[in-house]
Amino acid sequence: MKDIRSELRVRYALNALLMFVVTSLAAIVIALVDSELNPEILSAIFWIVILFSAMSGLSRIFVSEEERGTTLVLQLVASPSAVYFGKLIFNCCLTLILSSAVTLLYIISFPAFIIRSMPVFLCTVFLGSLGFASASTIIAAIIAKAQAKNTLFTALAFPVLAPLLVTVIYSTSLSIQGGDWGESVPQFQLMIGYLFVVIGFSFLVFDFVWKD
Amino acid sequence: MLLVFLFSCSILFGKIDMNIIKTLSIILITFVIIAGITVPMVPQPQSILEFTDIPGLGDTARIIFFHVPAAWVSVLGFLISLYYGFKYLKNKRYDDDIKSVSAAGLGMLFCILALVTGSLWAKFTWGSFWNWDPRETSIFILLLIYGAYFALRSALGMDELRARLSAVYAILAGLTVPFFIFVMPRIIGGLHPGAEGDISGSTPIMQLHMPLNMLLVLSTGLIGFTFLFIWLFNVRIRAMRIEHQFLIKDY
Repeated sequence: MKDIRSELRVRYALNALLMFVVTSLAAIVIALVDSELNPEILSAIFWIVILFSAMSGLSRIFVSEEERGTTLVLQLVASPSAVYFGKLIFNCCLTLILSSAVTLLYIISFPAFIIRSMPVFLCTVFLGSLGFASASTIIAAIIAKAQAKNTLFTALAFPVLAPLLVTVIYSTSLSIQGGDWGESVPQFQLMIGYLFVVIGFSFLVFDFVWKD
Repeated sequence: MLLVFLFSCSILFGKIDMNIIKTLSIILITFVIIAGITVPMVPQPQSILEFTDIPGLGDTARIIFFHVPAAWVSVLGFLISLYYGFKYLKNKRYDDDIKSVSAAGLGMLFCILALVTGSLWAKFTWGSFWNWDPRETSIFILLLIYGAYFALRSALGMDELRARLSAVYAILAGLTVPFFIFVMPRIIGGLHPGAEGDISGSTPIMQLHMPLNMLLVLSTGLIGFTFLFIWLFNVRIRAMRIEHQFLIKDY
C-alpha cells in the first residue's frame, strides 16, 4: 500500500525536484564562470545544492498527507512503524535519485571536479543521502501539524543536519584530493552512527508524533 | 564542575527555600563582579589579592569570570530542558512541559550572553568577532537549536501537541550534538584552550591550569550563575503555572 502511494507521488515530486537541481546548478555555474575552484569549495557547493533541494522536496512527505486529508486513513489502516518505514524508504530513494542527478550534472558542468578516489566518494554520497533522508523524515513528521511549514522545516532541520553536513563536505573534499580509504573511515563511522541514532530515535518516538 | 552539578541537582529536586537561593546568588555574583574587576593583574603575584597576568590576554582575561559561567548555564538549561521533555513524553504531565520550556528559555538567554561575551573576547585576543572555532560553532548550533525550538512552539497551537512535538524535537537535536563535538575538532583547528595543537598542552577543563585565586573566583561565578539560573527557573515556572490556571478557567 505504501509503495503505491510513493509511486504516485514520485511523478510530480521528482520532476519539480530535478528542475530545482538543474536551475540551482545553472545559477552556480553562471556565477562561477572562469574562476579557480579548489576541492573545498567544490564539495561545499555540491552538498549545499543537495541540502536545499532535499529540504524543498523531503519536507512535503507528511504535509501532503495532511493537506489531502489522508492522515486519518493512514492512522487507521497502517501501524505507525509501517508508516514510518514506508516514508523513510521513500525519502531515501528520493534523496538517492537526487544526489545521483546532482553528481552527474556536476561532473558535466565542472571540469575541475575530478574525483581521485571513487569508492570514497560513492560511499560518502550514499551514506550522506541516507542520513539526510532519515533526519528529514522525522522532522517532516513533526512540522506536518504546524503552521508555516516550509520555512519552519529549514529552521528545524539545519541544526540537526549540521554535523552530517560538515562531515560529508569534509569527506567529499578528501575524495577529490585523492585521500585513501583509511583516512575516510572515521567519517564513515560517524555517518553510520548518525544514521543509526536518528533512525532508532525516530522509530521510538514516531508514535508520539504521529498520533493525534 | 561535577560538584556544582550535583549541588544544583539536589536543589532542583529537593525542597530548599528559594529566598536562600536568591540571596546566595546575589551575594556570590556581587563577589565575582567586585573581585573579578578590581583585583590587579601583575606578572608575579605575591599575595592572594593579585592575579597572574597572562601574556597576550592582559585585562581582557577578566571576562572569563562571566563568559564561562554563562556558557555553562546555557548547556545546563538545555540538559534540564531535555530531561523534562523526556519526562513529559513518559508521563504526559503538563507541568513537565512548563519546566522544559522555562529551562530552554533561560538557556537561550544565557547562550546569547555567552556568545556575546565570547565574541567580544575573541575580537580582542584572536582578532575577529567570529572565527568558527569548534567551540564557537557548537555554541552557535546550540543557539540555532534553541531558536528552532521556540519557532516550532510558536507555530503549534494546541498545548498538548505543542508539548509533545517540541519535546521530541529537543531530544532529536540533543542527540545530534555529540556528533558535532566529535567531528568539528578534526576538521578545523581550535583556538580555545584544550584544542588539538595547543602548545600549553592543557585539557578541555582549562581551569586546571589556573592560579588558585582565579580558580576560586571562577568557581564562585559558576555556582553563583547556577543559583541565579535556579531562582529564575523557579520564578518562571510559578508564573507559567498561574498563567496556565487562568487559561483553564477561561474555557
